[in-house]
Amino acid sequence: MSGLEVLGVSLLAGVILLGALGTVISRDLVRSVLWLALTLVATAGVYLKLLAGFLAGAQVLLYAGGVITLAIFAVMLSQRVEGAGVRHESRGLVVGALAALAVGVVLVVGILASPLAAAAAVPAPSVTDLAASFLGEFLLPFEVLSVLLVAVMVAAITIARRTDP
Amino acid sequence: MSDVQACLLLAAAMFSIGVYGVLTRRNAVGILLAVELMANAVNINLVAFGRLHGGPTGQIFALFAIALTVAEVALGLALVLLLARTQRTADVDEARQLRG
Repeated sequence: MSGLEVLGVSLLAGVILLGALGTVISRDLVRSVLWLALTLVATAGVYLKLLAGFLAGAQVLLYAGGVITLAIFAVMLSQRVEGAGVRHESRGLVVGALAALAVGVVLVVGILASPLAAAAAVPAPSVTDLAASFLGEFLLPFEVLSVLLVAVMVAAITIARRTDP
Repeated sequence: MSDVQACLLLAAAMFSIGVYGVLTRRNAVGILLAVELMANAVNINLVAFGRLHGGPTGQIFALFAIALTVAEVALGLALVLLLARTQRTADVDEARQLRG
């Protein structure tokens, strides 16, 4: 990798970690959602670096578009918005940090101990390859997924519908 | 260090931060956001391994995972709305009606 490339990737990783930390630490719930949006968009950059352009697009559309909008709606509808913003508390900071640290150490040790070659010189799959896989090898899960999405849509509307007392 | 390994380490850090968020947040929406972080870290892993092995399967799995996560979030947020309307709170510690 050239120096500029290393700089860009480091910057991307830094933005992702900063956004992730902001998501879990920020005391304002709306800001927390916006930090998450930053993280998700930066993740699309990682996908681009891994030569997964279609996935990067889907990430921005579905996550940064859909999930963030949903989350903002949920925050606005579920909180009594008053004054500067929506405060929310955290608890068990020490225990949580220790548990997260333990998980992280196990993962990092496992990753560093496993022999991983550099990325293969194989060409990255094109969108055509993805489509052929979706409509060939993975046709059944693809169709089942559409049934699941319909079921979830109906369920979400039913659950969240305002019923008269 | 190969770039796949760098991606795995980044995803591990992101996953740990997500674990911290799930354990410490009290607001249900905050917990869902932290779960999003963890799911996103797993997606990075899938794509990185797909790059390692070549072929479209890694990206296919990541796309499935994205669709499933969106479905999960939609249902989860609907449940939070219901909780907020019936219990007047979105705090998971205060919603203790089902506690045995």
